[in-house]
Amino acid sequence: LQIFINNEWHDSSCGRKIPVYNPATGEKICEVEEGDEEDVDKAVKAAKEAFQLGSVWRRMDASDRGRLLNKLADLVERDQLILTTMETIDSGKLFLIAYFVDLMAAVKTLRYYGGWSDKIQGRTIPVDGEYFTFTRHEPVGVCGQIIPWNFPLLMFIWKIAPALCCGNTVVIKPAEQTPLTALHMAALVKEAGFPPGVVNVVPGYGSTAGAAIASHMYIDKVAFTGSTEVGKLIKEAAGKSNLKRVTLELGGKNPNIVFADADLDHAVEQAHHGLFFNQGQCCLAGSRIFVEETIYEEFVRRSVERAKQRVLGNPFIPGVDQGPQIDKKQFDKILELIESGRKEGAKLECGGSQWGDKGLFVQPTVFSDVTDEMRIAKEEIFGPVQQIMKFKTIDEVIKRANSTHYGLVAGVFTQDINKALTIASSLQAGTVW
Amino acid sequence: QIFINNEWHDAVSKKTFPTVNPSTAEVICQVAEGDKADVDKAVKAAKEAFRLGSPWRRMDASHRGLLLNRLADLIERDSAYLATLETLDNGKPYSVSYSVDLPLVVKCLRYYAGWADKNHGKTIPIDGDYFCYTRHEPVGVCGQIIPWNFPLLMQAWKLGPALATGNTVVMKVAEQTPLTALYVASLIKEVRFPEGVVNIIPGYGHTAGAAISSHMDIDKVAFTGSTEVGQLILQAASRNLKKVTLELGGKSPNIILSDADLEDAVEQAHFALFFNQGQCCCAGSRTYVQEDVYNEFVERSVERAKKRIVGDPFSLQTEQGPQVDEDQFKKVLGYISAGKRDGAKLMCGGGVAADRGYFIQPTIFGEVKDNMTIAREEIFGPVMQILKFKTLEEVIERGNDTQYGLAAAVFTRDIDKAHYISAALRAGTVWINCYDVFGAQAPFGGYKASGNGRELGEYSLENYTEVKTVTIKVPQKNS
Repeated sequence: LQIFINNEWHDSSCGRKIPVYNPATGEKICEVEEGDEEDVDKAVKAAKEAFQLGSVWRRMDASDRGRLLNKLADLVERDQLILTTMETIDSGKLFLIAYFVDLMAAVKTLRYYGGWSDKIQGRTIPVDGEYFTFTRHEPVGVCGQIIPWNFPLLMFIWKIAPALCCGNTVVIKPAEQTPLTALHMAALVKEAGFPPGVVNVVPGYGSTAGAAIASHMYIDKVAFTGSTEVGKLIKEAAGKSNLKRVTLELGGKNPNIVFADADLDHAVEQAHHGLFFNQGQCCLAGSRIFVEETIYEEFVRRSVERAKQRVLGNPFIPGVDQGPQIDKKQFDKILELIESGRKEGAKLECGGSQWGDKGLFVQPTVFSDVTDEMRIAKEEIFGPVQQIMKFKTIDEVIKRANSTHYGLVAGVFTQDINKALTIASSLQAGTVW
Repeated sequence: QIFINNEWHDAVSKKTFPTVNPSTAEVICQVAEGDKADVDKAVKAAKEAFRLGSPWRRMDASHRGLLLNRLADLIERDSAYLATLETLDNGKPYSVSYSVDLPLVVKCLRYYAGWADKNHGKTIPIDGDYFCYTRHEPVGVCGQIIPWNFPLLMQAWKLGPALATGNTVVMKVAEQTPLTALYVASLIKEVRFPEGVVNIIPGYGHTAGAAISSHMDIDKVAFTGSTEVGQLILQAASRNLKKVTLELGGKSPNIILSDADLEDAVEQAHFALFFNQGQCCCAGSRTYVQEDVYNEFVERSVERAKKRIVGDPFSLQTEQGPQVDEDQFKKVLGYISAGKRDGAKLMCGGGVAADRGYFIQPTIFGEVKDNMTIAREEIFGPVMQILKFKTLEEVIERGNDTQYGLAAAVFTRDIDKAHYISAALRAGTVWINCYDVFGAQAPFGGYKASGNGRELGEYSLENYTEVKTVTIKVPQKNS
């Protein structure tokens, strides 16, 4: 499995390979050519060439870019079983989820952006003086894109679709843990008919290939999804190098607020999935569940009962609810944070350690009586560990929900329209459910 | 037959009418003749399909887009058949049906498929402790009356935005050319649009068309056709104040400045008038040529017109087929007589081109004056008028001196003149150094008597959207 540049497959310049593992069994699946700075250079060169004034890609009708994106969606649909299987083996997510959620969303996203390509409109502007003024909405240029391992295929699509829709060329580095579906997508990109150099896929490590992208002098924009810690490095590198534009999708410690008037069963179920989905490996996991004190005890009881029902096992088998964590590093981090929860005095209601003796599985874990200063209430765990805390008043919970340097998403459960709208406008979060 | 609720029906009256092949004047087949009773049935179906809670109302917007894309796929699949049927029914050359009309139909549908889930409302910072937002809802049951000059394309221009935004449709196709639209109806069923979402009725304007424009349960009517009928539709619509959009006639000025690339201008001006047998609402039917280049322009235009190959539209060499029917045929010949009577100089053509079918010779009149009938009225045939002018100001005034305002063009190499003229002309589309360039992305429509509203582009979504403002009291508003 090689590096994809200019619609061709290349060995790595440094000669090294990345081992790819199945987190459910610990076995090595295969090896992938490791891209480093030199390979990033090659890719950028190809992307720059494809972006030249007068190139096939630059001269293409916007509507044809849309046609290509729709064609790519058709091919993803055609290969949905292959991609789903690959995604499951590589990331440990459940097969049925990968099929019904990840793949379907990937296709829809490609079609959505396929529809936008010839609708990116500038304006004509009535400026003072004898002038005709209009804005052109031009592509930025060569876009570096660095994606994570928690939704490998979907993150790949979220990045390339809008970039290609608007006419850019792309150098994309998939996560070293999960390069497989990205490389299959590269083959589909070629099959769909995108001109060479428009999409280039360079598997590699963050500290080498990723850093090369963030500081490259000929990349015009970098988009990164991953941890806040690395996001800071990317922004810094962009500033130090060529002031490339930066967009970042980082971590979260998202508040999920349950009022006493909520439909309790529904709230428990939603809060459960809100935390445990994708083995807890979601930037938008609802990892601080604030429950109004009058229903607190009951909520905790039902949540624990629900967590105990969770079935762990081989992600390919229907009936399994939770697969393994992605790798040892994550696994260790989760167990360490669970330990800190114990030490700092949270009440461990269930779970709390490894499950099974093969693969990187963590038991569904619930902590109650969590207070805001505990590490498990402040740090992003990225694992199947649910924190339930108590609150009295709406003003109090808004303050506590907002006192975090994160602000990705939030949730509120209530039947009261006023509470719902108040919370929605008060929380400092990019999405409120 | 008539297409209602994804099923095929005879007319309530059991009447039929013939559709004729204009190349041979022979009847192709009989078609069910829809009248008021059939319109009533269709409106009932469309209203039911639009009910709150119906499959169409509950469908994801993105899925509406998916259905439109699938329809485009099927039309692409059946392109050769549809192009053949279009040429048989309308007379336009097959090479044009296949390589122009059909691809434009597919592109239009795909363009609107893309808009389906992007018709955003807004959240609005209103004064007071309120949360305010707009919903962009579909208008409801839309009556659509389409003409015979681009049967398939006109159907796509109407269905695309209406369906993308979630409306249901009762469409009356032109009695001269019902066949391709009815075939598309079968594709609409194949793609599985819910029943009642699209209903198609072949019939006459003064019966089925009138029933649509005055129907109390139709929320909006869109009409493409003559200005004369457009006026009737607007009046009938006032009964229930249904929303109206109109795409009507034109007498579009095509202005050739002396610094233009003359060879290119001659070819483009020829195309601008003679395309589609002259049967374009936006035909460049007043060709204004600056006096310095007038004589040469006329000479070259005549030479080009004489080379125009008129004949069997199924022959790939043919550039010009027959006019669509006997009425149009007679009308065009009438205008040619008027031109001669008014003293214009007949430079070539002027008569019938074959003894079977409705073929007319490519005709050019020179020395045309603004007050002649052929300079003021829409001919809708292969009859070109060439007029002389001196200055920019003069030609702008003369160009604008018309009840119409659909399109215009200017041929020049001078960037300042191009900007000046394009800003000055009162026309919905101004082409510079080109003519009849269309894209699903670019809006099209008329000033003045050429119509109300714009089709194509983002703009046409407005025609099919009803804006609802929702304002909710909140305990405390924060910005």
